[in-house]
Amino acid sequence: MSEDIQTYSATAESGNVHERRSRWAKIKLAARKSPYTARFGITVILTYVLVALLAPLLAPYGEAQVFPAPYEPWSSTHFFGTDQIGRDIFSRMIYGARNTVGIAVATTLLSFLIGGSLGLAAAIDRRWIDQIFSRSVDVLMAIPSLIFALVLLSIFGSTVLNLIIIIAVLDATRVFRLTRSVAVNVVVMDYVEAAKLRGEGLGWVMRREILPNILPPLIAEFGLRFCFVFLTIAALSFLGVGIQPPTADWGSMVRENANLLQFAQYDLRAGLTPLLPAAAIALLTVAVNFVVDWFLHKTSGLRDEQ
Amino acid sequence: MHPVLVTVLQRLALGLATLVAVSIIIFISIEMLPGDFGQIVLGQAATKDTVAAFRAELGLDMPAYLRYFDWIAGVLQGDLGTSFSGRAASGQDRSREVAELIGPRLQNTLFLAGITALISVPLALILGISTALYRNTIYDRSINAATLTTISFPEFFVAYILILFLSSLNQWLPSLANVDASTPLGERLTRIALPALTLTLVIIAHMMRMTRAAIINLLASPYIQMARLSGASRTEVIVKHALPNAWAPIATVIAFNLAYLVVGVVVVEVVFVYPGIGQLMVDAVTTRDIPVVQGCALIFAVTYILLNLIADIIGIITNPRLLHPK
Repeated sequence: MSEDIQTYSATAESGNVHERRSRWAKIKLAARKSPYTARFGITVILTYVLVALLAPLLAPYGEAQVFPAPYEPWSSTHFFGTDQIGRDIFSRMIYGARNTVGIAVATTLLSFLIGGSLGLAAAIDRRWIDQIFSRSVDVLMAIPSLIFALVLLSIFGSTVLNLIIIIAVLDATRVFRLTRSVAVNVVVMDYVEAAKLRGEGLGWVMRREILPNILPPLIAEFGLRFCFVFLTIAALSFLGVGIQPPTADWGSMVRENANLLQFAQYDLRAGLTPLLPAAAIALLTVAVNFVVDWFLHKTSGLRDEQ
Repeated sequence: MHPVLVTVLQRLALGLATLVAVSIIIFISIEMLPGDFGQIVLGQAATKDTVAAFRAELGLDMPAYLRYFDWIAGVLQGDLGTSFSGRAASGQDRSREVAELIGPRLQNTLFLAGITALISVPLALILGISTALYRNTIYDRSINAATLTTISFPEFFVAYILILFLSSLNQWLPSLANVDASTPLGERLTRIALPALTLTLVIIAHMMRMTRAAIINLLASPYIQMARLSGASRTEVIVKHALPNAWAPIATVIAFNLAYLVVGVVVVEVVFVYPGIGQLMVDAVTTRDIPVVQGCALIFAVTYILLNLIADIIGIITNPRLLHPK
């Protein structure tokens, strides 16, 4: 699309058959046509990413810096007051974006790496690899993942690394199922056969032939899995067996400040304090869901039932 | 043999196999503990003899497969082993039986889950059918938006919002659900009102949306068109013609959600300090009391598997296509 065209015109577009839109132009076009829910979602997600990246610059105090007065009310020095041992809640909220969201992203990436590659391998080699992985995934999925995570954490102990690995492995089961079921339809295509006959290895076939063709459902699933992982980690931290203090984390912050709720009738702001980190979790989940909804709508051509 | 019966029996066999596999996984968990955990449980002051006696009591001197059969035979007789807590370095043993710890708490949890199911299932059905009836109206849209929001919220967020409005700002309901065996039924119901309400809000959304989707899906089929053309009213079409065919997916999703209740109950019990099995499990995880964790996990897993199995079987039995195979 040339630079002087400022507005999008359908007739010009269809008249100009040979012109191929650049990726950037496609993104701009999609953004202009996006519903307000998706715009809201993208704005929220970008804000969270910015806050997470710039946490040390934005936060007025350190993550674990302790002030003499615990449970300080909201004021200009302590924007949201201080917590049970006198740490600034506003600063901890900002660092929480980095810790909680960062750990959830790392976990989701790891689970896609594990589940995605095993799912692809199982779809290509339908003999013993498929049988072994599919049956073990069946068993793993028979146990509710929160319960399984609790068992594993009690054995290996609650460190951040253990948390990431355990949740990623448990979550990889669902990624495996999806990848495998989407990929089996692509594996039988002629161009995959051609690549195999050409002598390409398993890795090439997985990466270059199949992966590009199953990407849209996987990206949508990434958003949904992220929400699930994020909520699971928040729940575990809330239960006190996830991310451990003094790391600022939204799940455990809710638990630590929950006592303030009973003072809501005297000072509403105190009652709202424990809800702030919980609201931060909920807002991000809602935002991701909005964007995933829009993305699914665009890539699948699915229309709302009328 | 009837093909449906064959399918049902296959599912049952598969369910049984899954149960065995899950019990093995839960059993193996104790194998993966670091070698010196006897020392950790008993404390630094424990002598070599006490640690050795403790290991012998756990049967760590026997091969693993023998211990598994021992353990599973005990479990089947209701013996879940002995808790790690209450053991002292001196070898003095004040620990309690896991089954004894779990028993009363399991009743509490089942009571809470049962009350939640009693409220949420009929409510979800009514909301699902009525939103399908008044599709694309403001009523439908607002219910849909509300359920979408509750799906994305973490359980503890819903719980604390309810506490803030119903218990803290207005003292209508108690925010602590501390019941014991002597609490009378009426008192018990008031105390679990907030936890039950939280769980209802969490699980109702999915059930209601599936009911709505299942009915709307059917409304496009020709026989519904026929019923409409014959002059049946909207309500009649949905209740008499669409609903009978929608029962299978609805029943499946209800069972799946009751299975989900099993997990949701853990967080909610901790929020409201409700003496249930979920709270017991979380406490046991914090203190790394493995036998208690194993016992609780086994109960959760078995309930979850059984409910999913029931959902599957309902789906098979009510599917007319399976009754008349090709």
